[in-house]
Amino acid sequence: MSFEILLSNAAALVVVVPLLGGAIAMLLGSSRLAWSWSLICALATFSLSLVLLSGVLSGENISYEMGAWVSPLGILFEIDALNVLLITLVSAMGLLALLYGLPTIDQEIDRHKHAMFFGTFLICVAGLIGVSITGDAFNVFVFLEVSSISTYVLVAMGSKQNRQALTASFNYLILGTIGATFFVIGVGLLYMATGTLNMVDISRVLAETGSDRVVRAAFAFIVIGLGLKIAMFPLHTWLPNAYSFSPSMIGVFLASTATKVALYMLIRFLYTVFSAGQSFETAMFDYVLAPMAVTAMIVCSVQASFQSDVRRLLAYSSVAQIGYMLLGLSMGTVAGLAAGLIHLFNHALMKGALFMAVGIAGLGLGVVRISEMRGLGKTMPLTAAGLTIAGLSLMGVPLTAGFISKYYLVIAALENGWWWAVVAIVVSSVLAIFYVGRMIEVMYLQEPPKTADDAVVTVRSPILPLVALYVLVIANVWFFFDPSLPMGLANTAANELIGGAGS
Amino acid sequence: MMTGLYVVISTGNLVKKLVGIGLFQTSVFQLYISLSKVRGAQPPIIEKPAKYGDAVKSAGEKSAETVTDLLAKIPEVTALDPASVYDPLMGVAYSNPLPHVLILTAIVVGVATLAVGLALVVRIREAYGTIEEDAIDDAEYKAEVNAS
Amino acid sequence: MSWTPEIGLVLLLLIPAFGCVGILMSGKSPNIRDGVNLIMGATLLANVIALVIAVGQGARPTWLLVDIGGGLELSFTLEPLGALFAALASGLFLLNTIYGIGYMRGTNAKDQTRFFAFFAVAIAATMGVAASGNMLTLFIFYEILTLSTFPLVTHNGDEKARRGGRIYLGILMTTSIGLLLPAVIITQVFAGSTEFVAGGLLGGHLSDVLIGVLLVLYTFGIAKAALIPVHMWLPNAMVAPTPVSAFLHAVAVVKAGVFTMVKMVVYLFGIDVVRESAVSHWLAILAAITIVIGSVIAMTKDNLKARLAWSTIGQLSYVTLGVMIATPLAILGAALQIVMHAFGKITLFMCAGAIYSANKTVNISKMGGMAKTMPWVFVAFFVGSLSIIGLPPFAGIWPKLLLFMGMTEPGDRWLVIALILSSLLNIVYLLPVSVNAFLKKPDVEPDVDAVLAKPPILTVVPPVLTAISVLVLFFMAEPIMEYLRPIFEGSS
Repeated sequence: MSFEILLSNAAALVVVVPLLGGAIAMLLGSSRLAWSWSLICALATFSLSLVLLSGVLSGENISYEMGAWVSPLGILFEIDALNVLLITLVSAMGLLALLYGLPTIDQEIDRHKHAMFFGTFLICVAGLIGVSITGDAFNVFVFLEVSSISTYVLVAMGSKQNRQALTASFNYLILGTIGATFFVIGVGLLYMATGTLNMVDISRVLAETGSDRVVRAAFAFIVIGLGLKIAMFPLHTWLPNAYSFSPSMIGVFLASTATKVALYMLIRFLYTVFSAGQSFETAMFDYVLAPMAVTAMIVCSVQASFQSDVRRLLAYSSVAQIGYMLLGLSMGTVAGLAAGLIHLFNHALMKGALFMAVGIAGLGLGVVRISEMRGLGKTMPLTAAGLTIAGLSLMGVPLTAGFISKYYLVIAALENGWWWAVVAIVVSSVLAIFYVGRMIEVMYLQEPPKTADDAVVTVRSPILPLVALYVLVIANVWFFFDPSLPMGLANTAANELIGGAGS
Repeated sequence: MMTGLYVVISTGNLVKKLVGIGLFQTSVFQLYISLSKVRGAQPPIIEKPAKYGDAVKSAGEKSAETVTDLLAKIPEVTALDPASVYDPLMGVAYSNPLPHVLILTAIVVGVATLAVGLALVVRIREAYGTIEEDAIDDAEYKAEVNAS
Repeated sequence: MSWTPEIGLVLLLLIPAFGCVGILMSGKSPNIRDGVNLIMGATLLANVIALVIAVGQGARPTWLLVDIGGGLELSFTLEPLGALFAALASGLFLLNTIYGIGYMRGTNAKDQTRFFAFFAVAIAATMGVAASGNMLTLFIFYEILTLSTFPLVTHNGDEKARRGGRIYLGILMTTSIGLLLPAVIITQVFAGSTEFVAGGLLGGHLSDVLIGVLLVLYTFGIAKAALIPVHMWLPNAMVAPTPVSAFLHAVAVVKAGVFTMVKMVVYLFGIDVVRESAVSHWLAILAAITIVIGSVIAMTKDNLKARLAWSTIGQLSYVTLGVMIATPLAILGAALQIVMHAFGKITLFMCAGAIYSANKTVNISKMGGMAKTMPWVFVAFFVGSLSIIGLPPFAGIWPKLLLFMGMTEPGDRWLVIALILSSLLNIVYLLPVSVNAFLKKPDVEPDVDAVLAKPPILTVVPPVLTAISVLVLFFMAEPIMEYLRPIFEGSS
């Protein structure tokens, strides 16, 4: 009986568990205790998200009224194919990042701060899941800030390794807060125009009353605000530093989730709240989002090619990859949106794996720059192999998940008749060959560093990070052969979003 | 609002940047609060709590449907003046309390952001000995040159 | 369980895969490792021969590996062209393995286990290319082939090898991801699949302009066929040990490239479509230019392997030329060129390697008189040269003859001139090597013993065998052409 209660409240618990768990973790003084507790919480969160996932896969959307307040007055948690993908992704990545994190954190952060660190991390997870799950526009802001503030703290924790983490975090804080405030202004204007905060309700009212200038202003504010959080080109300047100076575990987690969740919010607002097809929105798709996406794909890939710091390289590549997703959703078609969502999912897998592999290399050999990765194929063969496979996935080589997302993106672009987008995808993929190829070349072709007696330095990688890495690497290959899970969800989501608005 | 944003962008002093952010956020809070004002309405304070509670209770006793019916009326009223809350039980118009609640939350968020920001500034001061952005960039550049 | 063509198809991939694992596991003991290697080569060849016979009798074994959904699937189908290519690759692979063992031991190369393991992966990929049932599968194995040969190219591990490897990987990956992959995807979008269909998949689906664009994307995307200007990887890959060069230039890589080219024209576009396309005419001219330029540059090279590499560039474009002319005879010529050139060129490469493993000589100018100590090597070289030049009674004449006969349109006159010019140039740059070795006095300075050292026996037997095959194949052309007849089903 009590188990059923657990299940029926899964939607609330998936946020509450990490949120309270985080607070408790902070109180546990010992590093190992806090880590174990966090792992249990993350595992519980992941299980709950699986419960939600199976619920949605069986064809039912779940809605959960917080405190049993009736919609649209109360805060509603709504779960459909779109956000269950995100929730599962965030909770899974949270779990993997924790699994991965222990040895790296030991090295990167003073021991007495560990409990705080893991606590903050759980709260960040809670915030991100909260953003994905809620159906209330203002609630989004609250959860967004819960996750963002904890992210600022987490990024700053990298200061033991490199003091630039502090400035990176500060810049992130300033820009993130501006973004959040823009978002709040937008939500406020929407509330002014519609008198409600429930997303579905806003869209209903908007459909009845039509748009006026206030709505358009709200739209602009929200897009810019979320654009900052997404690191939409050219609002991405905070991202490379924040990713590359944070502790490696946080780099892994942020790269695979944070911008994705913000992107999800953008999709939610573009397609659910402002129903697609309004003239100002179409104009923004064609003249703002799509060109920005294409520019990001190319410019940031070029920038990535010139980085000497491995994690900065990956960070710039992330901005470029976000361009792919934005391109997908700016097409405004079911196929385009679905392709964007698939890429969102796949990119989390590959970037997570890449950051993990680089982190492991950093743990063993202190690798920061690409030149320091020399001979990694000999010194840390497993890590290097994982990095290579994930890198191939980033290029979009068949047999990896990256191919699937690019394939659908190209098809969607062709359906739309956007030839220039196809060209941009191709150019960006070729650039990806360069920057991934640089890493692979250094790893396998250059001689590894030698010890004094001319023996090759061999490093035993700790087992837990490798396990986490290989879960992701295998996922990268697995979702080529069986992409039905993300594809099914993405297609359902895209159909719901666009079909619901179009009819 | 724009003053705050301008300060954030223009100044190189990290504390002043935070001040700018504060200014920016506060002005947004005021925007929200201004929304809630309904001309000629009372402040959203229930004067006779016991009576109100009874009314709700009796409504609840009648049937759950009645409450739903009452709630269903709300959109009709808000359609006339979207920013008002009309209490169908009391028959008086209140100013909208919701923005206040929202802003209360937002203030908490703002304070938390400010706290984290200030903590970061303290740490930056410890690490670099300055809180001027240009000086930090210089220090970083020098470190880079020395390293290579 | 008795052997059926379907099982043979699966074994085609499994045998090298198991071989690779076996090689890695027996890495501690070189003798067992090389034994495993040879057993793998022999069973693979036996399997392929059985398949070739089955296909000749009309069997078309298919195997659906995985259906990804959305019209994407990985599947295998063996048809005559693929069977022929598989037979060629596995046969030469066996010889090349024997040779490689001799060469690697003779030169005391390092990391031999890794070397042979990647060789096994590469031959598995080649088999995958040969048996692919659609363009997507072919593309995947094409990429695996690139990646698995990359460690082979850079095997020496020095700065030169790295540079060559970088260019090798850079050009092949860039073109395949940047041009070939989009072409595959566009094909998928417009035709609904990328399956190889007799008579052509794309006929009637696309406008002329799109056909032209696609044809260009495919032709340059398949950089392994080394058409100018995507040829530069080939001379740069010369830094590899000689067995790799032989593998690259005769057995697998370039042959996979031109094989893909033939497959693409015959089964994707359909030869009628290509013949009528205006673009194919220009591509044919480009191929003719490549033939001439390749031969001219080959003449200027003193390093024997570099000369052979440039010669390969020229010879490969015969295939490209054939498929772009796209008359049935020209296509037959192209298909025969794949086979005949493979035997001729592998002979030459193995001879070059034998000379190198005997006395580390790479320069042609220093080879005078060497035939005294290694007569068989230079006889084989001589035979290989004659075949490449295209003289009877050696196999190399057939493809050239068929190409001549296939050029039916008046505009093709210039192309004929290119072919003749190329043959003349072939004489100029290939014959002197062996002639000098026989006729000139050996260069006695500085160390006569070193110059006159004998090559290891394992590096001499394979080139002699292939030289004999060149002679045998001259008489085999008719049955091979008959064997390939079914690929023209569905075309006019």
